[in-house]
Amino acid sequence: MDRRDFLASVAAAGVASLAGCGDRPTPLPPGELLGASLDLGHLLREANFAPPGETRKVPVVIVGAGIGGLAAGWKLARSGFADFLIVELESEAGGNSRAGRNAVSAYPWGAHYLPLPTREATAVRELLAELGVLQGDPRATQPLYDERYLCATPQERLYRNGRWQEGLLPQTDAVERRQYRQFADLMEGFRRQRDEHGQRAFALPMALSSRAPELLALDQISMRDWLFAQGLDSPQLHWYVNYACRDDYGTGSAAVSAWAGIHYFACRDGEAQNASSDSVLTAPEGNAWLANGMLRSIRTHAGERLLPAALAFRVADADRQPHARRLAVDLWLPGEQRTLRLLTEQLIWAAPLFLIPHVFAGQQRLHAAARSYSYAPWLVANLMLSRLPDERAGAPPAWDNVLYGSAGLGYVVATHQQMRLRPGASVFTCYRTFDELTPQHGREALRDTPRDVWAEQILAELEQPHPGIRQLTTRLDVFRNGHAMARPVPGLISGAARQQFAVDGEHLRFAHADVSGFSLFEEAQYRGVLAAERTLRRLGVRFASSLA
Amino acid sequence: MNHALLFSVFIVASCGLAYELIAGALASYLLGDSVTQFSTVIGTYLFAMGIGSWLSRYLEQHLVARFIQVELLVGVIGGFSAAALFFVFAWSAGPFKLALYLAVFAIGVLVGLEIPLIMRILKRDLLFKDLVSQVLTFDYLGALAVSILFPVLLVPHLGLMRSGLLFGLLNVAVALWACWLFREQLPNARWLRMQGAISVLTLLAAFAAAGELTSLAEGHLYADEIVHAEDTPYQRIVLTRWKDDLRLYLNNNLQFSSRDEYRYHEALVHPGLATLPAARRVLVLGGGDGLALREILKYPQIESVTLVDLDPAMTRLFASAPPLRQLNHDALHSSRVRVVNADALQWLEENDDLFDFVVVDFPDPSNFAIGKLYSASFYRLLEKHLNGDALAVIQATSPLYARQSFWCIVTTIASVGLVATPYHALVPSFGEWGFVLAGRRAYRPPQSYAVDMRFLTAATTPLLFLFPKDMARVDAEVNRLNNQVLVRYFEQEWRQVIR
Repeated sequence: MDRRDFLASVAAAGVASLAGCGDRPTPLPPGELLGASLDLGHLLREANFAPPGETRKVPVVIVGAGIGGLAAGWKLARSGFADFLIVELESEAGGNSRAGRNAVSAYPWGAHYLPLPTREATAVRELLAELGVLQGDPRATQPLYDERYLCATPQERLYRNGRWQEGLLPQTDAVERRQYRQFADLMEGFRRQRDEHGQRAFALPMALSSRAPELLALDQISMRDWLFAQGLDSPQLHWYVNYACRDDYGTGSAAVSAWAGIHYFACRDGEAQNASSDSVLTAPEGNAWLANGMLRSIRTHAGERLLPAALAFRVADADRQPHARRLAVDLWLPGEQRTLRLLTEQLIWAAPLFLIPHVFAGQQRLHAAARSYSYAPWLVANLMLSRLPDERAGAPPAWDNVLYGSAGLGYVVATHQQMRLRPGASVFTCYRTFDELTPQHGREALRDTPRDVWAEQILAELEQPHPGIRQLTTRLDVFRNGHAMARPVPGLISGAARQQFAVDGEHLRFAHADVSGFSLFEEAQYRGVLAAERTLRRLGVRFASSLA
Repeated sequence: MNHALLFSVFIVASCGLAYELIAGALASYLLGDSVTQFSTVIGTYLFAMGIGSWLSRYLEQHLVARFIQVELLVGVIGGFSAAALFFVFAWSAGPFKLALYLAVFAIGVLVGLEIPLIMRILKRDLLFKDLVSQVLTFDYLGALAVSILFPVLLVPHLGLMRSGLLFGLLNVAVALWACWLFREQLPNARWLRMQGAISVLTLLAAFAAAGELTSLAEGHLYADEIVHAEDTPYQRIVLTRWKDDLRLYLNNNLQFSSRDEYRYHEALVHPGLATLPAARRVLVLGGGDGLALREILKYPQIESVTLVDLDPAMTRLFASAPPLRQLNHDALHSSRVRVVNADALQWLEENDDLFDFVVVDFPDPSNFAIGKLYSASFYRLLEKHLNGDALAVIQATSPLYARQSFWCIVTTIASVGLVATPYHALVPSFGEWGFVLAGRRAYRPPQSYAVDMRFLTAATTPLLFLFPKDMARVDAEVNRLNNQVLVRYFEQEWRQVIR
């Protein structure tokens, strides 16, 4: 399907459902088309900014206040180091973990949950303990978690053949169930597998995974082909695995590497004293509670360290003395219409890697490495509902509600965690990937499609399980992200390009989930903390490692 | 073809016995005295079969077509017999017996026609001794099959109404099959096939709708005179009266019967409140009927009672209808009572008032929404509203019918650090019922009661705290928002009770 066909099908779906409403179509609810600061970002391509009017010396500069940048700042601040500045393009911190809020509830604009942390995710556990959500010893095998953040039952359900069922695996016949079991056994095997050095085959953070060649070989084929190679051909199982890949990587199982696909299923071994191991931590605002928690911790330990609405458009060597090398980071401040130069000894780049060719002057090798990444576009819509919609038969409303075989990834319910007997108004957050298109075509579709078409498509889809939801929707905002996350296609994880960003430079470190190759909170936070610890070591500051 | 007809003898025989069993079971279910019902139904049925056999001699031509018509009639009349009898009984018990025996007689006559007709059709191809031996063998085999299937599979899984319809479908299927087998000998096969198709469709439609039909019929069966019915945004409130017995149903679940509610409400309130002579402020969560209030207001030292009930229609009804005001002693109008119509969870979260005694009287944990009201998180929230020595009492479903559910509630309350003291009382309209007292200190039953009661005495109260063997403690997980085990226990246990 190319972009034109896609737009035609979207428009046709819209027109068809409008026509289907009969003589009195309900008007679309109001709403806005939002997005990552597209215009500001695209200024990078033009690259004619004013020369710096002011120069400031800052020992450590962090570019990007997503999870990676916040985690770097969090580790610096917690180690008693306060001479740093986090620069962020958007007007607020959080990156893919930002949230909105209305009179009813907070709601996510992106990432919305964190599975129970693995044993090796020590920095995640430390953060959760600081936020009071993990109680007791943060390194315990089965920590106690604050019940308010453990996703309330029922966690997920699937709408299929006109009926809701519990869980996301399609309930089906014996042949399929045998394949489900075979798949589950394979994943359980990978979960337990360790190499001769004692490293887990698939660890989270992924940097701690085994480098055994037979495991890395899985990065050469797609997840879909790997399933077929195991004799797994059940269409329902393939739907489920494809759904999981789209949900985590914005990319279908035919394009995701088998290493990344298996990682999703095999890396998680977190346990809890008061929850089953497949539980997740969530909040009405999605993962924004984690981003805001780190920002609060930074403010407590180091004061205000965030410079928002600042576009880092150029990074270059400031002077050529070999022993006192400094970097110049030029920032465009659109609010003040001026350029600010930061002179720094240590730069932590915590923004997406695709920006590097536009920003880093004369670093051809880095440019080439960054260009080997591809990015998945995403669309997130938030629907304000005057009350919960009517239900079809089957399993009761869950937090995560998925529609079988749909273009969207389903919706999460912001009010699910509320302690209410009778939930009133609510907010549904719908997610949509574009894995049926090439990433470039997906971005063009995002750029060119008006909000009303998205709104119509989303409502038409949700009307299947919830007749009348259109009439209950008082507002529908759509958020576009053209470069939402790196796509872990075959070759990315095991390739040399990614390794270039993982090394410890003398003055420059990369602290973004892109360095891991896929966008998970645990990866972004690990990269941030690792970059901060390497920086502290370089500066000779004593600290207690969060990663040992 | 002979084998096919012999197989249809098997089917026809099973259907014949099935209608007899259904009628007998229905009569004993609705009228009681199963010995009488079964023997009269069987007698009538066999007698009618005899008449059918005798009448068969008058059928002389077009035997196959007659057989098919008989099958269609048996299928429709027999198939709908259970459903129709249910409805007749629901509308009026008077003509039920007449309808029952008429139906049994009609089906019996038709079934009596079947075997003689088949034997005469088969006579052309078989020796008499083979004919008798084979037909009767299959006849009795069919009867055996149904007599085993009926109690083991059909009644428990399909119910009487659906079983009847299923056998009706089988009879019609035999008719359609015969249409096909004898397609060359039948002059008006198309007309017969059409009749068959219509019968199949009606029976299938009824089969699909049987669930609703049953509840429609049972609505008329079990409700006494309905004196008030109201659909609110939260629930369906139905109030019935039969002689001096007022009953409240919420979403078809019995909430109280005025004959024995004093047992429930005395047991709910007094074992806790009577030990708190210094109590001034009381909170009631749920309990919009004002009956717990009535008991609480018996204590003159209580200064204020806050009642939080979700549904304004409930508190309005019990504050306005004269027989209900009489029942709750006009508690909702007391100057000491403040009524708040709010979501109890939200209200507890948004208020920080402290109370000396709290009554938690929510519906049973039959779904995830109500399950939240029995979670560790809820009891943690509740604990924040307890004054130093305060007690809360929690209605905790039946320790007899839902034993693990009851002990799950006890375990959950204890898991948040409260001292949980379980007890129980017999409320005839509910059965054996359970409660849990929760507080920060060990509880001791009161030495005496200062208020007037019909059920409790100080001497017998300690007995409520003893659990006999069949209600003794069992292991249960803590009910949390992220596992909702209580709802699962409760569903499982009540499903077994209802069976």
